[in-house]
Amino acid sequence: MTATESAPANVVGTPRLRKEDPKLLTGEGKYVDDIHVPGELWMGMVRSPHAHAKISSIETSAAAEMDGVHAVYTGAQLADMGLWIAPLPCAWPVTDDMVNPPHFPVATEAAHHVGDIVAVVLADSRYGAVDAAELVDVEYEVLPAVASIAEARDGSATAHHDLDSNKAFHWPLMPDPDALEAAFASATHVVKGEFVQQRLIPAAMEPRGVLAIPSPAGGDVTLYSATQVPHILKVMIAATTGLPEAKLRIIAPSVGGGFGAKLNVNPDELLAVTLANKLGRAVRWTESRSEAAFSTHQGRGQLQTIEIAADESGKIAGVRVHIDADMGAYMMLITPGVPLLGSFLYTGVYDVPAFGFTCDGYFTNLTPTDAYRGAGRPEASYAIERAMDMLAAKVGVGPDEIRRRNYLGGGGPFENLETASTLVFDSGNYGPSMDAALEMAGYADLRAEQQRRRDAGESKQMGIGLCTYVEICGLAPSRALGGLNYGAGGWEHAVVRFLPTGKVEVVTGSTPHGQGHETSWSMIVADKLGIDPDDVQVLHSDTAISPLGLDTYGSRSLAVGGVAVAMACDKVIEKAKLIAAHQMEANADDLEFAGGAFTVKGSPESTMPIQAIAFGAFTAHNLPDGMEPNLQEQVTFDPPNFAFPFGTHVAVVEVDEDTGDVSLMDYTAIDDCGTQINPLIVEGQVHGGIVQGVAQALWEEASYDADGNCKNPSFLDYLVPSAAEVPSMKLGSTTTPSTSNPLGVKGVGEAGTIGSAAAVINAVCDALSPYGVTDIAMPATPARVWKTIQQAKGGQS
Amino acid sequence: MIPAPVDYVEAESADAAIAALTQHGDEAKLLAGGHSLIPLMKFRLATPTVLVDIGRLGDLSYINDGGDHIAIGALTTHRALETSALLQADAPIMAHVASQVGDPSVRHRGTLGGSLAHGDPASDLPAALLASGGSVVAKGPNGERVIPASELFTGFLETALAADELMTEVRIPKATGAGWSYQKFNRRAQDWAIVGAAAVASGNGDGTRVALVNMGPTPMLSSAVGSALSGGASAADAAALAAEGTSPPEDLNGDAEYRSHLARVLVKRALDEAGS
Repeated sequence: MTATESAPANVVGTPRLRKEDPKLLTGEGKYVDDIHVPGELWMGMVRSPHAHAKISSIETSAAAEMDGVHAVYTGAQLADMGLWIAPLPCAWPVTDDMVNPPHFPVATEAAHHVGDIVAVVLADSRYGAVDAAELVDVEYEVLPAVASIAEARDGSATAHHDLDSNKAFHWPLMPDPDALEAAFASATHVVKGEFVQQRLIPAAMEPRGVLAIPSPAGGDVTLYSATQVPHILKVMIAATTGLPEAKLRIIAPSVGGGFGAKLNVNPDELLAVTLANKLGRAVRWTESRSEAAFSTHQGRGQLQTIEIAADESGKIAGVRVHIDADMGAYMMLITPGVPLLGSFLYTGVYDVPAFGFTCDGYFTNLTPTDAYRGAGRPEASYAIERAMDMLAAKVGVGPDEIRRRNYLGGGGPFENLETASTLVFDSGNYGPSMDAALEMAGYADLRAEQQRRRDAGESKQMGIGLCTYVEICGLAPSRALGGLNYGAGGWEHAVVRFLPTGKVEVVTGSTPHGQGHETSWSMIVADKLGIDPDDVQVLHSDTAISPLGLDTYGSRSLAVGGVAVAMACDKVIEKAKLIAAHQMEANADDLEFAGGAFTVKGSPESTMPIQAIAFGAFTAHNLPDGMEPNLQEQVTFDPPNFAFPFGTHVAVVEVDEDTGDVSLMDYTAIDDCGTQINPLIVEGQVHGGIVQGVAQALWEEASYDADGNCKNPSFLDYLVPSAAEVPSMKLGSTTTPSTSNPLGVKGVGEAGTIGSAAAVINAVCDALSPYGVTDIAMPATPARVWKTIQQAKGGQS
Repeated sequence: MIPAPVDYVEAESADAAIAALTQHGDEAKLLAGGHSLIPLMKFRLATPTVLVDIGRLGDLSYINDGGDHIAIGALTTHRALETSALLQADAPIMAHVASQVGDPSVRHRGTLGGSLAHGDPASDLPAALLASGGSVVAKGPNGERVIPASELFTGFLETALAADELMTEVRIPKATGAGWSYQKFNRRAQDWAIVGAAAVASGNGDGTRVALVNMGPTPMLSSAVGSALSGGASAADAAALAAEGTSPPEDLNGDAEYRSHLARVLVKRALDEAGS
């Protein structure tokens, strides 16, 4: 796709280069670690080397005596200093009786995962803080560690020694248990899949970091944090420290990716703010890459069981799902809610008459889990899409055919359709998505080549995997969140103001960290107001400039925040129209607004550009009686429903049977995110998302030993793929506008991730199907694939 | 992670570097490209108290025709090896293997001498040196000596270089027109080999040498395969012996059984490609 730099009249829907990029690509972006103030102190974290241990004693004197060390604090000392009034927050207590052990920034009596902070050093240099932290001598009484979900279920050891069980909650979504029972009782075919969603280490290009600066007069603290959620962070810091909200300013400067891992409220953020406030000096910390496996939450971590009941033709009668979810050591901000976000999507894109879902959350002595690109939804899509391939094999039809037989709405267009999981899908049209994907992938030719290789007995076999996904985006209708016990709403706020010079300033509560909000919001405003997108300045990510907002996660920015911007533009036009009518001495109903100017219908010579009206609103010399000066409007948009993007992905893999190596030969994705604002940004999001999902399928897994130590916390062993590992992807789109917002947009940030892991594993299983292989665990490493082939061959002989 | 405090000495010459090594003994480490040493230091798995930086000794970066061999300065970067017309013509496996190390930024800084002196069994270039039947020149307080590749790698990350010796040159016998192959198996382009196999059919009566990557504590020649080939075994029969005499590591990428299997597959492929 070729991007244009000019400013055509209608920019929405055209690919445009991002206005953020020149700064970021030339190193002009300022990340937290780039910002320095005089007198700043570095925190060095003393972290538990044990997954579960009581703290017997802490000797800090050697560290405290080191040159350049300002102070060393243990958890007990910090507790005595009264720096916080509540533990770290969990905003999503999914059930009334959910177990939530207290979690303070620094452990006081026991450490519950490797990397749990037990003391903090303050020193005048980063290296000095790390050296001093090494001198803190902690004696531990090591306790048995719970290092997996299986061990947590078994319960012979508990992750928190004062709890009797590792179970945190049981959450059911059972709209009609009797109907579900009946569906399975009368089914011709029942397939059952058991899948492991391995733990993943989020690996944003910029690690997390904080810098808290107290005001010279005292009492106010500005926190720079590499966060996705400055607004939420501000509320939560106030609630946990007792510092008045009005005394806190949170700034997310340039933020280098988040993928969910930067939407938390972390110990380091609370430590920096409270210590800076206490000491009157700036306090900072930047996590090292290896530290990130312990100091930032991880993603996934679920054991899934899914069963599909179907009739003879493969038409689904019911879907039953149970998952055991690994919370890790503590409940972070939305840890227990992640499986719930997925629960509604285990019916996928299919017409499922009866559905039931249960989830048990368990504590382990591992790094806490929380949102990671897709948050619950890639897991759900994986389970249903893997199980659909199993059903296809059982029924004896192709993976495309089994899907077509079960699409919602018969595979044709629909709007506002209620599903068995209780949600109402805004719009969909799944059949054409499959048609387009198979066409673009060259499906018939691929199958022919696959057959040729099989017939020839070649050692490099081919597999073709399909996935039709749907996701829940546009988080979220506030009432729906309330129904799920979530501790906040889902609205978003926007201000659109004309400046006296005719330029426009937009204030958004949505906080970008790589998505290109400045570009997309400018395009929306440009088309609405008939101005050049370069005349639009988008302000964000600073709670002093944008006090109202709920930030960026769950593919919500455009479908909620972008819509708020568009609606604020409409209000600006409404007011401008009244001013124009007044000044042009015309009836407002006789005015048309187009191309940035008001014109009296039928008198094209009588026209007034909106910039002139804006200046008039600023001088206020000649406004209608009683009208307030200035042309500025605000909107808080609370969406009436979620948005449900969808798409079909086709992965083609080559499996080398001699080595077990899987290489991704080709990848086709047809995505439908509703109306597109900037197709170039859509492509970028889809590219990154696909690779992140492929990474789960083929490369990434946080591996732990029996004692709860992460075996691969560095990029040496934790295999994040690079561009060299993926083919050039073939992308296309269909457009089915959402009914949940006036722009018809749906969101695309997570789409690629939600479709790709299932497509790739379906392809690997397809390649190995002649051996009778029906499943392979993620990541499908060469060793695992080779052993699977050997076992399958052994089973045949 | 952050390395422990360390003193830094910039060597002005090879002799100055040797003098610094003599002075500081085991406490000192030579710093060339730094691509093996610095990560170890950042994890505090290596904590030398003195770093002797030889990275600026430009006179140790060269690729020359030495008559029956190619002489390569120890500080020659992988990138220089990869793009050398001389190597491509007379010792093509060295140029190719250099192109398989890490990623471009690694290849622009990493050096041949650094890679060989580190002695990592998972590295690519030691296998190329072994399969080529090359040697290295070590310079110490008492002068120079030549160490054949087959005697260079003595233990895990240990070489025959003494603590006060500096590797100055690497010599690769010319193998103009000879068959060769390097089979590297890894999961991502930039990774170390899970297993690798290098083969050079020298064509001068020495037969075919096969070296293995990451199949034991050191880079190693496969004597079982070599002997079988000398005895007239077919490539397939010789390759079946590839795991003999090895002790492959076990890690997240595979256990010993899988690595042994890979060694057999990769040696077979290497022999086929080298035309042995």
